[in-house]
Amino acid sequence: MVLGRIIAEAAMSLGKNVTWMPSYGAEVRGGTAYSMVVISDDEIASPVVDNADFFIIMNAPSFDKFKKTAVKGSAIILNSSLAETNEKIKGIKIIKIPATEIAISLGKAMVANTVMFGCFARLSGLIDKEKVMKLLKDALAQKQHLFEINKNAFSEGYDFIPANRQNHRLPGLCPVSNPTHGPRGGRIK
Amino acid sequence: MNKKILMTGNEAVGEAAISAGCRFYAGYPITPQNELTAYMAKRMLEEKGVFIQSESELAAINMVFGSSAVGKRAMTSSSSPGISLKQEGISYLAGCELPAVIVNVMRGGPGLGNIAPSQADYFQSTRGGGHGDYRTIALAPAYVQEAAGLTQLAFDLADKYRNPALVVMDGLLGQMMEPVEKTQFTDYKPKLVKKPWALTGAKGRRPNIIRSLLLKQGALEEFNERLCEKYKAIENTQTRYEKFLTDDAEIVIVAYGLTSRIARHAVKALRKKNKKIGLIRPITIWPFPRKAMHDCAKKATKAFLVVEMSCGQMVEDVRLAVNGKRPVYFYGRSGGGVPTNEAIEQEILKIIKGL
Repeated sequence: MVLGRIIAEAAMSLGKNVTWMPSYGAEVRGGTAYSMVVISDDEIASPVVDNADFFIIMNAPSFDKFKKTAVKGSAIILNSSLAETNEKIKGIKIIKIPATEIAISLGKAMVANTVMFGCFARLSGLIDKEKVMKLLKDALAQKQHLFEINKNAFSEGYDFIPANRQNHRLPGLCPVSNPTHGPRGGRIK
Repeated sequence: MNKKILMTGNEAVGEAAISAGCRFYAGYPITPQNELTAYMAKRMLEEKGVFIQSESELAAINMVFGSSAVGKRAMTSSSSPGISLKQEGISYLAGCELPAVIVNVMRGGPGLGNIAPSQADYFQSTRGGGHGDYRTIALAPAYVQEAAGLTQLAFDLADKYRNPALVVMDGLLGQMMEPVEKTQFTDYKPKLVKKPWALTGAKGRRPNIIRSLLLKQGALEEFNERLCEKYKAIENTQTRYEKFLTDDAEIVIVAYGLTSRIARHAVKALRKKNKKIGLIRPITIWPFPRKAMHDCAKKATKAFLVVEMSCGQMVEDVRLAVNGKRPVYFYGRSGGGVPTNEAIEQEILKIIKGL
């Protein structure tokens, strides 16, 4: 949920149109919590995502639930520390990264999602490292110790993907900020 | 830098109320509008306003009644089952000609239903809702930024007409985050009016009386006629809607709230296939923008398609608007289902075949 918001904030800072939608069902402990993010240069119709281009999956129950909705060309970034699998799905790229282990080695299991964010940023080409560093610095201005560990976590995830594999760009999304529409529904006169 | 803030629809409504000078909020938690109650709890403290988590929805609406009676801008919010509980209070507000803003973040019904998004409170919002001869202004945003703008407008209209105003949105819009321009809140100047009728202590003047019980022979009829005139004035001057590619459209989709965004997407896709399709998006669902549909029916439009997250409650209003001149079709999802643009496209293609 938090990671989805960070990605939405990052996209907004690039001038993209964006929606973030949390799962707000009757979630229970041990269940799956998720959020859906839509990023577009065009107007966004619905915040509901039926077939995502990207899945950032933190644990095994989520993998079992969401792999069914992946379609040809989707990419799944999987936290292999909490979801071990040798499964191959035709037409779908699965990128495994031991995010929780990396996060623990950095000193805080909580930053596993930042590791995943780094991995996603590199793979999608949505946002470059310098911009993220600036965002993190602004967001954590009051908490310098958290900035350091998040910065390292992002870098670990980012560098996990070799530069030549940065080839799963978001379809229909230009990497340069150039939105054709601002947010709709301006001031009411 | 940072001209926009990422906010949920619920939070945007809350901040808009603060910017409108609302310093009294009472509410009782219910999904999917909880973020609004939580937001008001935090912000009212910062603004030295009053936040009350009431013991029930009935208490909340009556606290709003009290706050409004002394001339203050007041708001309550809930989701469908809670809004049903508030209906008695809303009827009394209308009967006492008191302004108030009531926010409904709709979920599935009837009964407790579920917590998924819905637009099934259309009848309740546009037909008065409670007992008696009255109307409520009902504003239906489709974007998070618009949720803020229409909340501000709701306060202004409620004061202007001394009538309760509803902000009606589905659970998706309440829950989702979207960028909102900061100027929406900083540049807005509330249209505050003098309230000589308010109960402010009768020092130096005759006491004011606020009541809805009119037993004197003919008094209620006279009052109802005056209300009726007021509603006519609102219909004549406050109807709001958005037209999208309707001038040459052979089929016009009518959809409000989040559904209108999905319909808009379908219109664009169909235009690419050289189908002449347009969209009318009511922004006020009461007063209903009948003229917009009537005008289309007089021009190129051969048929209308109403799309809603309900079993077709707005269809009645569109049929009244076109008055039998054109067929009105319906496509909708209910009980938490959200229409997809593909399904809307299919529905339009079916209508084209039959024309």
